[in-house]
Amino acid sequence: MTTTEGNLHPGLYIHVPFCRTKCPYCNFYSTTDLDCVNAFLKALAGEMSLYRKPFPFFDTFYIGGGTPSVLDRTEFETLFHSLRNAFSFAPQAEVTVEVNPADYDADLFAFLRDLGVNRLNIGVQSFDDGILAFLGRRHNAREAREAMSWACRAGFEHIGLDLIYGVPGQSLESWLAGLRYAATLPVDHLSCYQLTLERGTPLGTGYQNGEFDLPDENTQLDFFLQTSESLSHFGYLHYEVSNFAKGPEAMARHNRKYWDHIPYLGLGPAAHSFDGKKRWWNRKSVALYLEDLNKGVTPVEEEEWLSSDQLRLETLFLGFRTRRGIDIARFDRNFGGNLLSDKAEILARYTQEGLIVIENGFIAPTLAGMAVADQLALI
Amino acid sequence: MKNIRNFSIIAHIDHGKSTLADRLIQFTGVVDARNFQDQILDNMDIERERGITIKSQAVALPYRSKSGVEYTLNLLDTPGHVDFSYEVSRSLASCEGVLLLIDAAQGVQAQTIANLYLAMENNLEIIPVINKIDLPSADVERVIEQIDSELGLDPDLHLKCSAKDGIGIEEILEAIVERIPPPKGDVDAPLAALIFDAKYDSFRGTVIHCRVFDGSVKVGDIISFMYNQSTHRVEEVGHFLINRQKTEQLAAGEVGYIIAGVKTVSDVRTGDTITHENRPCEKPLPGFKEVKPVVFASIYPIASDDYENLAVALEKYKLNDASFIYQKDSSVALGQGFRCGFLGLLHLDVVQERLEREYDLSIILSVPSVRYRFTLKDETVLYVDNPTEYPEPMSIAKGEEPYIRAAMMLPERYVGTVMKLCMEKRGVNSTLNYTSPGRAELVYEMPLAEVIYDFYDRFKSVTQGYGSFDYDIIDYRESNLVLLDILVNGEKVDALSQIVHRDRARSRGVLACDRLKEEIPRQMFKIAIQGAISGEIVSRSTINAFRKDVTAKCYGGDISRKRKLLEKQKKGKKRMKMIGQVSIPQSAFLAVLKTDND
Repeated sequence: MTTTEGNLHPGLYIHVPFCRTKCPYCNFYSTTDLDCVNAFLKALAGEMSLYRKPFPFFDTFYIGGGTPSVLDRTEFETLFHSLRNAFSFAPQAEVTVEVNPADYDADLFAFLRDLGVNRLNIGVQSFDDGILAFLGRRHNAREAREAMSWACRAGFEHIGLDLIYGVPGQSLESWLAGLRYAATLPVDHLSCYQLTLERGTPLGTGYQNGEFDLPDENTQLDFFLQTSESLSHFGYLHYEVSNFAKGPEAMARHNRKYWDHIPYLGLGPAAHSFDGKKRWWNRKSVALYLEDLNKGVTPVEEEEWLSSDQLRLETLFLGFRTRRGIDIARFDRNFGGNLLSDKAEILARYTQEGLIVIENGFIAPTLAGMAVADQLALI
Repeated sequence: MKNIRNFSIIAHIDHGKSTLADRLIQFTGVVDARNFQDQILDNMDIERERGITIKSQAVALPYRSKSGVEYTLNLLDTPGHVDFSYEVSRSLASCEGVLLLIDAAQGVQAQTIANLYLAMENNLEIIPVINKIDLPSADVERVIEQIDSELGLDPDLHLKCSAKDGIGIEEILEAIVERIPPPKGDVDAPLAALIFDAKYDSFRGTVIHCRVFDGSVKVGDIISFMYNQSTHRVEEVGHFLINRQKTEQLAAGEVGYIIAGVKTVSDVRTGDTITHENRPCEKPLPGFKEVKPVVFASIYPIASDDYENLAVALEKYKLNDASFIYQKDSSVALGQGFRCGFLGLLHLDVVQERLEREYDLSIILSVPSVRYRFTLKDETVLYVDNPTEYPEPMSIAKGEEPYIRAAMMLPERYVGTVMKLCMEKRGVNSTLNYTSPGRAELVYEMPLAEVIYDFYDRFKSVTQGYGSFDYDIIDYRESNLVLLDILVNGEKVDALSQIVHRDRARSRGVLACDRLKEEIPRQMFKIAIQGAISGEIVSRSTINAFRKDVTAKCYGGDISRKRKLLEKQKKGKKRMKMIGQVSIPQSAFLAVLKTDND
């Protein structure tokens, strides 16, 4: 597996805070009021210029949301124009756009390809119309398949799909059948997320009111283990808790920066940024975001300086999410001490329990360990 | 002396004692409005939060009566919990009268009666005061009826007030002046002063709170404590306003303080008599008793390098709490700590909370125990309050445990369920009286051990809050005792051991395993919990390991939030004690005593 070498430059994330409809499980910030798209793009250009100095250069670029595919061609063009004006990108930069299958449009995909986008991430979620309806998606399975087929025809070398499991009413069998189908498609990346209900979302509230049940812990674990097993069988690397790639080259380079603690700049409402010592996040409202940028100030809601202890904890919980695990030498260098001897007793116990493997300078979670990565981080 | 009145307010918990004290203080203007705060006499945070008085307080109220005479009304505020009933009795012994405060909605309760008896034993003038008369649920007529039938007092002599709204306060002050007799005493007789409390002052040492019955005391006098004959030179005497107010002398009839170079409050015994060394009184004032702790538990620091800090904190804490005792102790599972004695579980709770709060310590308390008495075959008698000191079973000829007399007041409709509860708690020799239509007084003799943890909570719950409870320790009685050990992943945790009655041992073992299963959080591996009696496993439970615990999505915007959650978990884990590789929370040590709530 590759290491962080060659992936040390900061990544740029742009949050497009618009959706045509809100999905009932999602708690990312977005608005369905599309009237201010142009004002947003203008403000975004202003925000870019404020960060030109501290973040001149990126090698990954990710447009997420929200639903970036609500933008039309002109709007995408404006966005990319601003980007090129403000920042430099590595020649081999990874440029990803998130797409909702309902917005598929052969011309748009070809246009994005021409703009320099080389990776599409399609929010398919499921190939089962019943599950898509439960998840409140505005597309069906047929549209998902068509979107994927147009994406391939547009010539994207990297295509990723998002899928959700652990949905009420979903059997392990039907989920695995969906995975087998996905494995036949010309996609090289799969993100398989266990449905997580957030407080305050419609599904979260429905669950609290007892409207439906979620799978119990053992069933969740079955889904997790069998997903991994099935996709390994189809040649996917299970390189992060929820992410699978067909070979090292197919791993999402941008997202890996988060788990490797590499700096990233997030632009747009509610976006988070990290420079190695400090994390800050933008206002969670398009109106306030526009207001600040109209005044020429950064639309930052709050910032936190991370203590060494906090960075250490982040390194642990992010590292244990990845199959590669914690780089022991880098950890000791950054935080002092000697991780292997300081935590010898508990590491021995976890090794004995089959949760971790210590080899080649890394403490790596096993599959069972990845399933409890948040607990591993508390060593 | 004829212009002094010494009085106390006695009441069942929550009947409004501290609020009435506040109003009396405000009315007489001892404190100006600017410096006033609610529950002014409860100056510990923990007292305000819990709404109970833990330490006694005294305050002198200057009052000009309607007839124009200036009086000094000494109000002695008393603790409001059965753990501190001896302190209450000494404060009452320092008074000539009491306001017996009764909540107009709740009526007469167990502590109303217990306190009334204390007041009667001290021959005090009793003024019944019905409080909270403006509550919608107030039933003044019923309370008046109870004053007659349950308290045997003249119902015509009651007063009505709403301390919260300041209604009826002046009438109460007038009644204090008119009905409570002035103190008697001979200023020229040898000094006899009753110690009713002592507080530690970091600049002055111990401040002794006392009531002078005969004679007088002034700066420079050499005084002697009759209990241990120790002598001290008086440095300062004075009265209590809200702060201490120095005076020339304290004379018969007065309430005040003495500072005499006494190092710690433990050098002073509440209830002891102070006299002059060179002219002692003939005999000590009556009622002295040495207070003995009845509940014992060990305290350990969660982080073993906090041991020294804990030692310092206990030493400091002890300066101000004479009824708390401690000595070094060590546990195989928990390391170095201290064995401590308490007056009861509230006292234990208070000490634990104050150590954590005022000294910023994280501590673990072992399972509380009473003090058992064992007679060995060689006729040695052993007192054992620590299960780790349980004698070799083969050597025991006889085991005994302390019994209490529990007095409960409750509405008649709950008698059946309460009797069931008492029998479950091995209660015997019950008596049942109907004190007035629909109300019962139920008395049981019960092992103290059965009562120390959750009896009170369960009693409250089965009587839906309408029952009240009070107890006295009576004697030791023979009991078939065994030692119940708890093993966590095969390792004996001595701090979880308990001494139990043989008939209960198995069910206690099952209960302890179930409770621990609830209290010990899941960890990364399976945890086996077992209960054992003399090596035989009598119960077990298993805590399954975490199998799936990881956030599905963790990208740039999720990291801070996730980290905060983990920081919280980590902090929680720090407050747990590692035994082997299992983290056991503080709550587990008390939870093993809890029985099921119905």
